[in-house]
Amino acid sequence: MAEPARAKPKPTPETQHFWDGTQAGELRLQRCDACANVYFPPRPFCPSCASRKVSIFKASGKGTLYSYVINHRPAAPGFTPPYAIAVVELDEGPRMMSNIIDCPQTPEALELDMKLEVAFEKLDDKITLPLFRPAKG
Amino acid sequence: MRKNAVAVVGAAETTELGVIPNMSQIQLHADAALNAIADAGLKLSDIDGIATAVETPQQIAHYLGITPTWVDGTSVGGCSFMLHVRHAAAAIEAGLCKTVLITHAESGKSMIGKLPRSTAPDSLNGQFESPFGVYGPPSMFPIPVLRYMKTYGITHEQIAMVAVVQREWAAKNPRATMKAPITVEDVLNSRMIAYPFRILQCCLVTDGGGALILTSADRAKDFPRKPVYILGTGESVETPMVSQMETFNSSRAFKVAGPLAFKEAGIAHKDVDHLMIYDAFAHLRSMASAISASCRTRKPASSSPTATPAPAASCRSTPTAAD
Repeated sequence: MAEPARAKPKPTPETQHFWDGTQAGELRLQRCDACANVYFPPRPFCPSCASRKVSIFKASGKGTLYSYVINHRPAAPGFTPPYAIAVVELDEGPRMMSNIIDCPQTPEALELDMKLEVAFEKLDDKITLPLFRPAKG
Repeated sequence: MRKNAVAVVGAAETTELGVIPNMSQIQLHADAALNAIADAGLKLSDIDGIATAVETPQQIAHYLGITPTWVDGTSVGGCSFMLHVRHAAAAIEAGLCKTVLITHAESGKSMIGKLPRSTAPDSLNGQFESPFGVYGPPSMFPIPVLRYMKTYGITHEQIAMVAVVQREWAAKNPRATMKAPITVEDVLNSRMIAYPFRILQCCLVTDGGGALILTSADRAKDFPRKPVYILGTGESVETPMVSQMETFNSSRAFKVAGPLAFKEAGIAHKDVDHLMIYDAFAHLRSMASAISASCRTRKPASSSPTATPAPAASCRSTPTAAD
């Protein structure tokens, strides 16, 4: 029997562009055309000024480690503890939850404010997750 | 400012607290409600307003046999019931009802008749948090803690002290589940749940509940108990997504609600000598104390972010007995 899989996101009309982006190897954010606010999670209006004129753009994929836990128990389906649940502060401003890969899941290796870069992990033909790894160089 | 227009005239917890394997969650609501109604010297038919969270007000109303003219099902987490007090006071003042029953209960330990906790995969939480391994409150609530510690230069020993002092207070409460004294070493050696938090820093899982009865001040004088008047209240919400909090060093909801309550009551920090905080996880008390800054013997929050008055301190601070 297959191992239980991790929770899989189901896109909505308002978030589809984000998940299309991760499949294409792009981290897509939105910027307000009126006030230039960059925001996340996706929605078709600006949560700062309510303008519906917003644009989707490809983010740099770079960020820093804002905070995290290393979860031991209970573990979510599809995860082998201990695993870090991280919040990444993107260079463009917004924060998003993710996991840190290519890095020991230890307090010593996971230093707050360390530089990170996006890495894409394909779950299936429809969903690719944006994960992060320590930035090279 | 409120003019003492509404008062609490009955208050009770469930008959048992802790592990209650012989009661479902809705019966825990009813048990607390019946105890509170008895405490107020009322009959069921006197209740014309119902507020509750997680369970719906119509479930509680029908189960108890009450026909309300006002209901509130505001469900914003563990502090919902404090918001209900505010809403009930407004409803009574507006004449929408005369006597409100607020109930809270959870079969958290025995899990009998408890609604399943689930996150839809197309909700924002389901898309942008659940896929990264958030699994229940212990993996979610502590996510801001490391940032909070770094911002204020707090050590693991200092934040462990919060749980030690909470336990000292709990020992004074005959209904508390955990009363045995603990040390900082005990906390730091306890089982890891979600680094940096260990089991002694996480919310207890409890069976139990509580209920309040509120009515207008002009009627309150006729009740058997000394009324407790509502002087000031505040409320706010921020986000259901921990990753999207404005800052991990505080809560915007605390920062909005606290000053509102002070303003409505027309009092200042120096007037407060008893502080009670919903302290589910060990950092919440520090964050909330910093906002309330109610302890007149303490320095401003920014210079003492973990200041947690021990029972001996002049500023009283009482942990809640149940989740």
